[in-house]
Amino acid sequence: MLALDRVSKTYPNGVEALARFSAEIRQGEIIAIIGGSGCGKSTLLRAIAGLDRASSGTVTLDSEAIASPHAKIGIIFQEPRLLPWLSVADNIGFGLADLPATERRAKVARALERVGLADKAQAWPRELSGGQAQRVAIARALVPQPEVLLLDEPFSALDAFTRRDLQDHLLDLWADTRPTLILVTHDVDEAVVLADRVLVMRPRPGRLFDHIEINLGRPRDRNSPLFETFKRSVLTSLDRSLDRNVPDRDATQGPGQAMWW
Amino acid sequence: MISDAPARQQTSDTAESAAAPSRLSRYARPVLGLLLPVTLALGWELVVWSGWSNGRLVPPPSRIFATITELARSGELVRHITATLWRVSLGFAFGVVAGTLLGAISGYWSLARRLLDPTVQALRAIPSLAWVPLFILWLGIFETSKIALIAVGVFFPVYLGVMGAILSVDRKIVEVGRTFRLSGFAMIRRILLPAVLPAYVVSLRVGLGLGWMFVVAAELIGASEGLGYLLLDGQQLGKPAQILAAIVIFAILGKLTDWLIEIASAPFLRWQDAFSRAKGA
Repeated sequence: MLALDRVSKTYPNGVEALARFSAEIRQGEIIAIIGGSGCGKSTLLRAIAGLDRASSGTVTLDSEAIASPHAKIGIIFQEPRLLPWLSVADNIGFGLADLPATERRAKVARALERVGLADKAQAWPRELSGGQAQRVAIARALVPQPEVLLLDEPFSALDAFTRRDLQDHLLDLWADTRPTLILVTHDVDEAVVLADRVLVMRPRPGRLFDHIEINLGRPRDRNSPLFETFKRSVLTSLDRSLDRNVPDRDATQGPGQAMWW
Repeated sequence: MISDAPARQQTSDTAESAAAPSRLSRYARPVLGLLLPVTLALGWELVVWSGWSNGRLVPPPSRIFATITELARSGELVRHITATLWRVSLGFAFGVVAGTLLGAISGYWSLARRLLDPTVQALRAIPSLAWVPLFILWLGIFETSKIALIAVGVFFPVYLGVMGAILSVDRKIVEVGRTFRLSGFAMIRRILLPAVLPAYVVSLRVGLGLGWMFVVAAELIGASEGLGYLLLDGQQLGKPAQILAAIVIFAILGKLTDWLIEIASAPFLRWQDAFSRAKGA
């Protein structure tokens, strides 16, 4: 279990990015964190990853405090961040340097197969499309079998079609070892497709505003009325988090509002 | 399905027509580059041969070539080339080692940079030839002062190249290393070194170019052998063919050593998303 206890972050310039964020996340749960810009989503994720230290409060994974990057916690960034001087296969195996070569090769081959890029093993990152590169990044993060995988707006730079494809793909990969997924996103659709629970944050200072259980079986049908209902309740919560006027629940919503920035 | 066949036809057509000019240009490009110098050389050869000019101050290519073969036959040429190559190699080696070490230290530790870099930058502002009298006083007129001068010339571009390259390593890539918990040494070996390599190779090539420049300066100042000595000797004895012969050999050696760095580094830089590669050059 991942426990966040009153995690706060104040930057040296005095900006309070995150204030007393507490949550308990069960092993294998998929959490989406959503909120307006500047609400501390990325700050929170970086604190869990151990990349930045919280000003106060604690992050504990299975009662072990996290203050620096941990073997059981992987992260996928908005950009693939592949190492351009390594082949696709070597990029995926980057976190397995401690394993013997044969074992590493076998794991990398399996991962390549799993993300559908077996034919690209020896390609350079520059030869990949955006979606392919992000799949390599996912494989690189998953291959050391982390217990917690953090995703910082991982699909926001991709086109709508590729994004949908990768969301399904991510769920498929998640089912293999069922790590805890914590996904920061701007996209309500994405949150409702993927998450068991959506945490809505509110800005200035960033803090937890609401959480919404998505009681939908998988695979989820993006066009079902129930899916729409959950989407609308997340949107409503988001609007409230920014103190906006909440539109009538039954008011028709344009398709543009599903992508919520 | 029906529209598929003509479409495929069309793509194979364009692929073929695109391949044809690229095959042509592979041979045409170097030939084009040679056109101007070869025409000028042949033209001058013709002018002298037909008696319109005596070619005393500007000797024709045949006379330069004759000078080179003559020097080669007497064994003089090998002696001069060896002396110059030896000086450049030693000076380059010292300059590269010092530039790499100090550049890496200044790039990696910001305290060292604040301490060291202002002094280095101030020294860099001094025209390197201004050191010559001092080096001669300190190190004598023989090899040591020459090698020191070359090393100084090589040092600055390498220092700046290494420091700049380390400073501009992408923070996002370093963060990837951190998430995989790389220790300081592993971070240098697996992230910083490969990231810095392309800029490092460029700085080595610039440094080598300056090394060749400074070997001429060093040998002009006082030497009894070396290609620079051939230049000076040619001037003092009024032998322009010998001067031009030395210049031609400088050009060949400079290009050759630069090419050596290029091919030695090529296997490590295949990953680069380079502009020249996109053009197929």
